[in-house]
Amino acid sequence: MSGIIIAAIVVGATGIGLGFFLTFMGKKFAVEVDEKEEQIRALLPGNNCGACGFPGCDGAAAAIAKGDAAPNICPVGGPAIAEQIGEITGGSAEAAEVKTAFVMCAGTCDKAKDLYEYDGVKSCLAAGSAPGGGAKGCSYGCKGFGDCVAACDFDAIHIVDGIAVVDRDKCVSCGACVKACPQRLIELIPVKRTAAVECNSRDMGKDVLAVCQAGCIGCHMCEKECPIPDGAIHVEKNIAKVDYSKCVGCGKCAAKCPKKVIKMFTVKK
Amino acid sequence: MSLLLLAISAALVNNVVLSQFLGLCPFLGVSKKINTSVGMSGAVIVVITAASAICSAIYHFILAPLNLTYLNTIVFILVIASLVQFMEMFIKKSNPALYQSLGVFLPLITTNCAVLGVALSNVQKNYDIWTSTINGFGTALGFALAILLLASIRERNEDNDVPKSFKGMPHVLLTAGLMSIAFFGWAGVL
Repeated sequence: MSGIIIAAIVVGATGIGLGFFLTFMGKKFAVEVDEKEEQIRALLPGNNCGACGFPGCDGAAAAIAKGDAAPNICPVGGPAIAEQIGEITGGSAEAAEVKTAFVMCAGTCDKAKDLYEYDGVKSCLAAGSAPGGGAKGCSYGCKGFGDCVAACDFDAIHIVDGIAVVDRDKCVSCGACVKACPQRLIELIPVKRTAAVECNSRDMGKDVLAVCQAGCIGCHMCEKECPIPDGAIHVEKNIAKVDYSKCVGCGKCAAKCPKKVIKMFTVKK
Repeated sequence: MSLLLLAISAALVNNVVLSQFLGLCPFLGVSKKINTSVGMSGAVIVVITAASAICSAIYHFILAPLNLTYLNTIVFILVIASLVQFMEMFIKKSNPALYQSLGVFLPLITTNCAVLGVALSNVQKNYDIWTSTINGFGTALGFALAILLLASIRERNEDNDVPKSFKGMPHVLLTAGLMSIAFFGWAGVL
């Protein structure tokens, strides 16, 4: 019996002694973790997508708490979370502009011609090293092997009829597809009433016509039609580009476009 | 002189990783970069040396006189766990970057069987406190040597064109096996 008691005392005393040692050392080597940082980290979505430019949500929380980053840097959380974080930091609760990914190509299988049959690795990046930058006649267009689909954590982009199409309801504008696209065809555009050009071809109009029925031929019609002073759409290097900060989404350019490559978006996300 | 021999034999001849196959988890897990493996070696050297000294002291002054040697394992684990906790605090305070890169392997030193293995073998071989400390230090040096060698080899082989089925862990395990065979060459030295 006494053996058990002694054993219990010895183990207990060792434990208590080490406990005191650790408590003492814990105080001495305490690292101040900002209280705000923990609260902010709890609010962030935690999928560590890196869309904010920081290494994961922990990094973003530390940067926001320090004041190195705005409370609204998380595009995934959106305005609701930005507001809550803004309350914690006491700064402005202004939400970031809500954006969504947009694929600048409308060259579906029936509209854009293939020059030959490609039977290589099913990846846009790999197909790019095939002769002529892949089978598609247009060397700027979407190759449709879905590098962006693989990059998307949110199941918000799919290959439909040979080109990538964004599911705007699911897109959180993390920008993973923008980085994944070897053609640099995907951009983040604001979710608002706006026009967007579904083409990225810098070829001359004649060359575009030869390979795709849905390509911008750089005819400047949209430019002339735009009612905004100085214009919200401009043709540069044979391709029309919308200035999203100016565009009000009147739809005049889309109506006039002879190739119907200007797509109109409404406010609804 | 015999202490020096003991340290050398613990580090090379009876290398804890390559001859006794203890502590393989951090050996394979933290050997990807030389920088982190240096940090890991440092932490393990401190923990094993301190654990050997403290465990041996507890054994000789408390457990053996009270005939409580059956409590060896549980008391030693208590000591090792606290030491690792302390190590974690220390590294977190002094070198946050290292703390980040060691990640989960830092608290896992607790379950690094090399640490408990040394503490228990010290007791089994009936070493006194001083000898135990030297033995622990030598063993820890052996661990550091093994993990640094593997890290260097892995860094060198990083861009090698390895057949697909051998990429990653199989390649590392083969490397470790070859290192182990090489270390058997020390067996006849002492």
